Amino acid sequence: MIGEIDPTIINITIFVLAIFVGYHVVWNVTPALHTPLMSVTNAISGIILVGAMLAAGSVETDWGVWLGAIAVTLASINVFGGFLVSQRMLDMFRKKDKKGNV
Amino acid sequence: MSPNLVALAYLIASVFFILALKGLSSPVTARKGNLFGMVGMSIAVLTTLTITENWALIVACIALGGAIGTVVAKRVQMTAMPELVAFMHSLVGLAAVFIAIAAVNNPVSFGLPAILPMGSKLELFLGTFIGAMTWSGSVIAFLKLSGRMGGSPITFNGQHMVNLIIALAMIGFGLWFFFSDTTNWTAFICMTVIAFALGFLIIIPIGGADMPVVISMLNSYSGWAAAGIGFSLGNPMLIIAGSLVGSSGAILSYIMCKAMNRPFLSVILGGFGSDGGTVAVGDGEQKTHRSGSADDAAFLLGNADSVIIVPGYGLAVARAQHSVKELAEVLIEKGINVRFAIHPVAGRMPGHMNVLLAEAEIPYDQVLEMDEINSDFSNTDVVLVLGANDVVNPAAYDKGSLIYGMPILDTHKARTVMVVKRSMGVGYAGLDNDLFYMDKTMMVFGDAKKVVENMVKSL
Repeated sequence: MIGEIDPTIINITIFVLAIFVGYHVVWNVTPALHTPLMSVTNAISGIILVGAMLAAGSVETDWGVWLGAIAVTLASINVFGGFLVSQRMLDMFRKKDKKGNV
Repeated sequence: MSPNLVALAYLIASVFFILALKGLSSPVTARKGNLFGMVGMSIAVLTTLTITENWALIVACIALGGAIGTVVAKRVQMTAMPELVAFMHSLVGLAAVFIAIAAVNNPVSFGLPAILPMGSKLELFLGTFIGAMTWSGSVIAFLKLSGRMGGSPITFNGQHMVNLIIALAMIGFGLWFFFSDTTNWTAFICMTVIAFALGFLIIIPIGGADMPVVISMLNSYSGWAAAGIGFSLGNPMLIIAGSLVGSSGAILSYIMCKAMNRPFLSVILGGFGSDGGTVAVGDGEQKTHRSGSADDAAFLLGNADSVIIVPGYGLAVARAQHSVKELAEVLIEKGINVRFAIHPVAGRMPGHMNVLLAEAEIPYDQVLEMDEINSDFSNTDVVLVLGANDVVNPAAYDKGSLIYGMPILDTHKARTVMVVKRSMGVGYAGLDNDLFYMDKTMMVFGDAKKVVENMVKSL
């Protein structure tokens, strides 16, 4: 039966379930961390890097490859920038935590 | 790697992304969460490398982008976080558009049939237009947030009608692309260009203080753009990660709208906060306020038993967070109970004030959210409002007021209120603030940072 299902339907199933997971996980995020939440999700949306790599890594070399290469660069800025700036912010919250508890 | 192994590795990466968000539920686990995110991303990228060609090109581009990202992340000022986030949203949007164009150009390299089936065309259409709108919208948000463009709303007659027509035109070109037998570049490019214009037009009428909603909404868009590309490429990991981001941004938008008591649609349609005569400001009645110097304020603070500090956007603009920390320390040394009260929409993005106070190393048990602290104002000696206005406006309790029903910090219930502000000017909502005219209120005019520094000196 599974073989007869259009892959799009399976993707929609994944999509809907993922939204539910996101909904429940995000409501638990403490408001104090909403800015880091944004920068982390920003880095995660850099996952589009995978799509860019497929474009840049195409066997047939034409202008599509170069478009992919630009996309890889842009998405990498997001991934590195997003995770590192989140780390910087979260380190600040940690420092406070230590001081607060001492 | 075999396709099955790749799919399993992608699944593991997706689980790490979920764990990353879960970690943010508390400051204690948040760093681990961020680490999970990095692990997930590394798994995703390394796995993808095994199925692509042109390694040298890809690795070089990742290194270049990574270097730029690293430098930006290390250098950015915490007060400039909203701009940085807007800038990064724009990159995701643009990358999505480029990927979609590359996929239309050469579907086979993405594992799609050479002649695109209708389903794929629809998915590419969605990915492209959401990506394009994310890009141009974020660019405008970035320009507004960084002050390179005025924060006031830009409106013109028939704006919504123009936007609607443009949106319909975009869908029209999308349908043309959709129903063409061969790759219809004309339709695709027209559609993309219109989507760029639409993203631009949608954000220009939205004013500065609505930016927390806009930035959350663009956060959401960037997630949906990634999910849209995931659908186009049939990649469940992109769909999962994109949906997580999309729903996260949507929830943040909802929280921000609720904190302003404004329907999401009215924020998005924009125009709020203009001088367009939305409300009759002032009723001709001459009202008097009391103003004092930083020394007077310091004297009152020094004699209080309990102080609550309310930071607002003015604190971020003046970069006063470190001076405020000094002030809090001096007061605590005198045995005064000092706490901070944060309104959900204080600043230009969700959680902005918390990060600034964290940067100044103010312990987070002193920093309280609106719901936690609102009942304490009535037995507080002194409230110090730093560059906040609408979020402390008691007009929110008046039925006839424009901001009626907006949850506010009940600073007017404290015994003494001190407001540090640059002038008597109205806030974003264009409303006069009765708090400023109360008998127990003292206005201290000036730049938040200088005023606070002077307070510390005279203490």
